[in-house]
Amino acid sequence: MPYSIPKSAIEIAPPPRSPWLDARQRFMRNRAAVISLAIMVMIALVCLVGPWLSPHAYDDTDWNQMGIGPTWDHWHLFGTDELGRDLLVRTLIGGRISLTVGVLATLVSVLLGVAWGSVAGFVGGKIDAFMMRIVDILYAIPYLLIAIMMVTILGRDFYLVVLTISAFSWMDMARVVRGQTLSIKSKEYIEAARAIGVPTYRIIFSHVVPNLLGIVVIYTSITVPGVILTESVLSFLGLGVQEPMTSWGVLIHDGANVMESSPWMIWFPGAALTLTLYCANFLGDGMRDALDPKTR
Amino acid sequence: MSDSKQTPNDALLQVRNLQVQFATNDGPVYAVNGLNFAMQRGETLGIVGESGSGKSQTALAIMGLLARNGRATGSVDYQGRNLLALTEQQLNTVRGSQIAMAFQDPMTALNPYLTVERQMTETLQLHKGMDRKMARASAVRMLDAVKIPAAASRIGMYPHEFSGGMRQRVMLAMALLCEPAILLADEPTTALDVTVQAQVLALLRELQQDMGIAILLITHDLGVIAGLCDQVLVMYGGRVMEQGSVGHIFHQASHPYTRGLLGAIARIDGQGGPLVPIAGSPPQMGQLPAGCPFAPRCTWADGRCDSQVPALQDIPAVQGELPMRYWAKRACHRAPEFLNFRLDGGAAHG
Amino acid sequence: MWKYTLRRILATLPTLLTVITVCYLMLHMTPGGPFDSERKVSAAVLANLQAKYHLDLPLWQQYLFYLNNLLHGDLGASFRYADWSVNDLVAKALPVSLLIGGLSMLIAVIAGVLLGIWAALRQNSWVDHTLMVFCNIGGSVPSFVIGPLLVTVFALWLHWLPSGGWNEGEWRFVVLPVTLLAVINLSTVGRVMRGSLIEVLSSTFILAARAKGLPVSTIVLRHALRPALIPVVSVLGPLAISSITAAVVTETWFSLPGLGKLIVNGASNRDYTLVLGLVVLVTFVAVLLNLLVDLAYALLDPKIRY
Repeated sequence: MPYSIPKSAIEIAPPPRSPWLDARQRFMRNRAAVISLAIMVMIALVCLVGPWLSPHAYDDTDWNQMGIGPTWDHWHLFGTDELGRDLLVRTLIGGRISLTVGVLATLVSVLLGVAWGSVAGFVGGKIDAFMMRIVDILYAIPYLLIAIMMVTILGRDFYLVVLTISAFSWMDMARVVRGQTLSIKSKEYIEAARAIGVPTYRIIFSHVVPNLLGIVVIYTSITVPGVILTESVLSFLGLGVQEPMTSWGVLIHDGANVMESSPWMIWFPGAALTLTLYCANFLGDGMRDALDPKTR
Repeated sequence: MSDSKQTPNDALLQVRNLQVQFATNDGPVYAVNGLNFAMQRGETLGIVGESGSGKSQTALAIMGLLARNGRATGSVDYQGRNLLALTEQQLNTVRGSQIAMAFQDPMTALNPYLTVERQMTETLQLHKGMDRKMARASAVRMLDAVKIPAAASRIGMYPHEFSGGMRQRVMLAMALLCEPAILLADEPTTALDVTVQAQVLALLRELQQDMGIAILLITHDLGVIAGLCDQVLVMYGGRVMEQGSVGHIFHQASHPYTRGLLGAIARIDGQGGPLVPIAGSPPQMGQLPAGCPFAPRCTWADGRCDSQVPALQDIPAVQGELPMRYWAKRACHRAPEFLNFRLDGGAAHG
Repeated sequence: MWKYTLRRILATLPTLLTVITVCYLMLHMTPGGPFDSERKVSAAVLANLQAKYHLDLPLWQQYLFYLNNLLHGDLGASFRYADWSVNDLVAKALPVSLLIGGLSMLIAVIAGVLLGIWAALRQNSWVDHTLMVFCNIGGSVPSFVIGPLLVTVFALWLHWLPSGGWNEGEWRFVVLPVTLLAVINLSTVGRVMRGSLIEVLSSTFILAARAKGLPVSTIVLRHALRPALIPVVSVLGPLAISSITAAVVTETWFSLPGLGKLIVNGASNRDYTLVLGLVVLVTFVAVLLNLLVDLAYALLDPKIRY
């Protein structure tokens, strides 16, 4: 009698799933991350569109309405500062700047970090060691001091501020990308591809890049809150963006001076900043949980 | 159920209807479902099965070391007390001193941040009230007994400075330091290569003879069972498939799973023929079938096997003058005569 | 062990040298900066600069003189204040920063470790959840939001403590700044301690220790604590560095005459050489702290020493 294989042995394997679909599902299940994403999108939209809808311009001084608290009159929902400028509009404009700096600085950091890390990982050897040594050195330096130094010397032009912030936010990304590149490089499917004669550029685009994408997305979303925070700290210390531009950090700085008499001046921008940072952090965690292959 | 030829008081360890369940998001999962056995002084009981069959959980349940979401029911009687009903503090007087456990991978089971001396002397200081010097001397003697060269100078080293085989001996030495009555050995040879395996097994046999300890040996390797055990339990999906003396299991096994296991190992007596693996893979413990857990992979399963769990029943033909705990039992609906086995030790199906 | 120490010390030199060199060069290239012939400074300041920095010599010789000065502990001359050298200014500000920074770090580490242990041992209980929410808030809310919060509650509403100032270090003026810094740092230490202890407690060697019948206190203190502290120690280095940022913000916010305030003022005043000197000093301290952390790490983990 021939040996028969029981039916159930064949039905056991589960259907295959694309990792991106899988990641999306996991992300959607993380309620905190989804809500954070929604809030952040809303904040960005409001900051973008809001100032156009408001009856006040951010530098409109109204001598009749100086230093009043939040009120429905004249739509001063957040109150005004000592020059009569509407705080709501200024907060939204400040949001535009803070978020713009955040996005730009993140972009520069990501590009720099990915380029640095992937080259180091791919080339390997002494060049890799040297490049990572530089990263280690940068890690050991208290960035704020160098940022202060750079701002002192180079001035407070908007793009220079972005550059200063980016200069210290790319190291995590570089390290992580290098690690991932190293691990991909040594994977057997790369060897196999080379062995059957696939050209290097094809290998990079079809194998290396897709595997890097996940970790790049994760660390981008982790970089964002750090960058926004850095900008705010610099502005708070009076070393960030200059007048007439304002950002949340600047508003908080101004609000700090009049905290006793006009507490709303610090609380509204402070709340906006904290909320954005919180959401950005949850978003970063959510991305990591969804995309990190190790936690599957 | 009355036990003729053996009263419960004779047994060193008596396990009755042991069930281990884990609370999971998908409902309770029974890792061990209805285990009964008895161990005597100086005897070795082997539990054999694939990964996930519940063998390690049995040992952990006896020691009270289940994970947070695990619960053990039934009874484990030792010296007149049910271990499952004891508090942590009460258990701590038993663990290490009366019943000791040696874990599977000595690299992860030894604390890499403490010296071997510290890890060994602490049990002696705790359970035997020795001072540091006496404990150290005892530990060195034990290391000598497990054949660690230059024990006195090695004892101050850290685990990562020992080789794999030596680490396993250190772990055994540590477990046996307080001269326990029972040793639970969880896959003591799995992490080792074959030559070292043989040495460790020989060591276990020697120590058992010298110290008269009972050993509960958990393994998936039938060769290890053959070398050391007096009675054997074959587990699958948390249940016992077949149970009996080691002679019965190897020469007169009549459960499809046991036969499958035997058919899948190479034999030195050259019975010839290909190795026949058991088709399929071990079950997901959360999705066990309603009937016999082996039914999905069993060539002889019929409708009753799929729907009804077979009870563990004595095989009357092989009792003879054996003590009851050696009596063979099997859990299968299909009677041995219908299964077309060649009962002379060959591995043939159908 | 000593070889390891020596190696770690040698490893810090490139960092220091890089920072010093880069900063120095940046200064030299600044238009209107201290080494530019177009600079506008008073005669007294010019005289100081000349003496300290040897401006008429070729660049590489200036650099060597600068390094030589540094090795002798001379941080340079201020660009704005003719009467004070950088060392003088630092000497006045250093004790303030040391007191605030040192005290808050000590409290943060001790409290963080204890709270982390407590949360880990009571995992998933209300104690754990409360502590972790607290740590989450302390770690993610920016320092210049927590600062105003503390001031509002304790100074403006309760009037228990002053809202800023130093008053020669009277204790009431120390409480809030130290609390702010301690809360921020303690959040990180607590979270890392808890996570690391939970992970260690789930390892096999802890199970094996339980199997030996050891009581919980022994298991935690003797078996689990050492490996669990390793991630905590390794996070102290970056923590110290990031707390420099928090310290600068704190000193600014509370108007404390420390190094943070000094550097911010220096930046606003464009006192380049002061900023340079401070950057070098603080980097040196940061590197030193990192070195100490590395050594502590080696003490805890026997595998690293060889």
